[in-house]
Amino acid sequence: MTLRGGALVLTLCLLWSAAGGSADRPFLTLASTTSTRDSGLIRYLVPRFRSLSGADVRVVAVGTGRALELGRRGDVDVVLVHARQAEDRFMADGHGLLRRDVMYNDFVIVGPRSDPAGVAGTGAALAAFARIAEHEATFLSRGDDSGTHQAERRLWAMSGVEPSASSDRWYRETGNGMGATLNTASQLGSYSLSDRGTWIAFRNRGDLRILFEGDPPLHNPYGVMIVNPERHPHVKVDLARRFVEWLVSDEGQRAIADFRLEGQQLFYPSAGR
Amino acid sequence: MPPERQASPPLRVEAERQAILPLRLEAVTLRMGRTTLLEDIDFRLTAGPCTVVLGPNGSGKTQLLRICDGLVAPTSGRVVWEGPAAARAAEARALVFQRPVLLRRSAAANIDYALRLRGLPSQERARRIERVLTDTRLADLADRPARRLSIGEQQRLALARAWALEPAVLFLDEPASALDPGSTGALESAIRTIRGEGTKIVMTTHDLAQAQRMADEVLFLDDGRLLEQTAAADFFAEPETAPARKFLRGEIL
Amino acid sequence: MSELGQAFVTALRLIVELDPDLAEIVLLSLQVSGSALLLAAAIGLPVGAVVAILRFPGRRAVIVALNAAMGLPPVVVGLLVYLLLSRSGPLGPLGLLFTPTAMVIAQTLLIVPIIAALTRQAVEDLSDEIDEQLRSLGASFGQRIATLLFEGRFTLVTTLLAGYGRALGEVGAVIIVGGNIGHVTRVMTTAIALETNRGDLPLALGLGILLVGLALTINGLAQGVQEVARRAA
Repeated sequence: MTLRGGALVLTLCLLWSAAGGSADRPFLTLASTTSTRDSGLIRYLVPRFRSLSGADVRVVAVGTGRALELGRRGDVDVVLVHARQAEDRFMADGHGLLRRDVMYNDFVIVGPRSDPAGVAGTGAALAAFARIAEHEATFLSRGDDSGTHQAERRLWAMSGVEPSASSDRWYRETGNGMGATLNTASQLGSYSLSDRGTWIAFRNRGDLRILFEGDPPLHNPYGVMIVNPERHPHVKVDLARRFVEWLVSDEGQRAIADFRLEGQQLFYPSAGR
Repeated sequence: MPPERQASPPLRVEAERQAILPLRLEAVTLRMGRTTLLEDIDFRLTAGPCTVVLGPNGSGKTQLLRICDGLVAPTSGRVVWEGPAAARAAEARALVFQRPVLLRRSAAANIDYALRLRGLPSQERARRIERVLTDTRLADLADRPARRLSIGEQQRLALARAWALEPAVLFLDEPASALDPGSTGALESAIRTIRGEGTKIVMTTHDLAQAQRMADEVLFLDDGRLLEQTAAADFFAEPETAPARKFLRGEIL
Repeated sequence: MSELGQAFVTALRLIVELDPDLAEIVLLSLQVSGSALLLAAAIGLPVGAVVAILRFPGRRAVIVALNAAMGLPPVVVGLLVYLLLSRSGPLGPLGLLFTPTAMVIAQTLLIVPIIAALTRQAVEDLSDEIDEQLRSLGASFGQRIATLLFEGRFTLVTTLLAGYGRALGEVGAVIIVGGNIGHVTRVMTTAIALETNRGDLPLALGLGILLVGLALTINGLAQGVQEVARRAA
């Protein structure tokens, strides 16, 4: 009786799910970074594109490294990431059909209000990084091959310090998303590098503050790429083209520029530049 | 259940279908690991007399019934059904275990389960269920959960279930070992009724009084060996072997 | 107010407001995990019962493997299913990646070992008691399996609930094969992961409280049904 009752409930559940399916609308699958989702940009852009095209955009938000991997494997139609060198490699290796600049924002160096390494006083991002290393102040790296992680490694290289989680006790990798890393940093009182979008949307700052910002090496450009249909014939090229063309169109670029989070502009259009 | 009570119509209609006896065991030996449970057993059981397997604890009585019922294969030797219907022997025998094994459902459903396994039509099942429950005085408990019955009622239900199958041979393993005298009497009377309908009864017991009440023929087992197969009157008057004599005198073997 | 207090207030508000987005997420959670349970039960119950009563070479090894697989990390199962369903994987052409179906498959694989292993134990204990009687009554192999499962139904309900709880509560597998796509594959656990990442800890914990409440309700209902049924058997 119990089993029969349980089976009935489950069957109803299944029927319900079959009837409730809303996925008749055409859709595009986009691999994007957590920064565009967690900041709310995606939730803001997708309905605009939908009302124009009648098509949905299904967004899988992961780190840049995994987003590119999803593109290489053909699991998505479009990739929106921020790691220029990796993007160029993706195109050079023939994984992409085309690539466009879309927008940029910037990275910020966050850390505890007390700023034990004295980062706030430095005039340049590279000097700030050098100071952190000098003081051996705890720094939390994403360590997940995301765009932010790649940018951070580049900044370390440029500042002449190449810390490694295996030999430097003050340098630690979370292997996690930006938000999770910020959660950890706020608990440990560590320094970290964050994209500005995630930072502004982040609610659990605790004692963390922006300690350094606004230097050109902290520039964070986003590019969009269509996955190469020659490698993956099921890629929805037409819809993907429409989406990319809309993103770089005047209308799309204006939408990006108009997006505000807590009154602040997060992303700056860059397609026309 | 008084023996003189009005008998219900007998269950058995197709006597021929069940003609699987005699049962012959030839040099049957059963070992588990290094232990020899039964050794070199030979006997032949014919239709009719009630056979009681006697012997002290651990003498192999239960294993002997399991072999006869086909639940375990002997390590060596043969179990042969010699009757014309031998091919259907599996359907024509039943075993009631020492501890009644009942399913989590009503008393009637327990019997119904066994009858369904034989593929009987529902009307026939209903007829048999009513009949055996009445004759084991369980009719009032038909809808009660079987596992909530008293131990005596459970043992009778297990017997009723076996009976409903209308077996040619019914094996009973210590059927009254856990029962008080009143329940034992009811059980024995039900066994007599079943026997009266032509079912061959083969039962084990270590209760001498019960053996004397029930047995027409005795198989005496000691330490895995069959020491005697004798008419009951002769056995109880004068056993042939020393261990049997000791057993009858109530000495520990 | 403390963060914990805030979380409870948030949970209450979520329930009272019955936000349609949230309702959608809760429903999808129940459907995905429910379907996974149904499939896993259809596989795990008979497999567990067969392993319990059939003696075959390598049986010990199978039991050890089943017991060990109960502890499979969801991420590993997710990764495995991802590699199978990825467009570059063997089942890629089916186009199932990032769909609720993919999530059902992953959770099914995740909980089949739990259901099979616990069923094996329950049925084996039960078969010591009744299997010989069933064989004596002339039950076929299939009939013995069916009867043993039915006789063990009260224990097995708990087994199924354990499987359902594991499916409903896991995030590692569904986030990989489902992609946590809003309105498509977002379930309670991936929503919690998302809100945690956004640093909205009260909302994340509020969703967590809701999930626990849901699990409690389901278990309570099952317990009630079980007690009523037990009284009748």
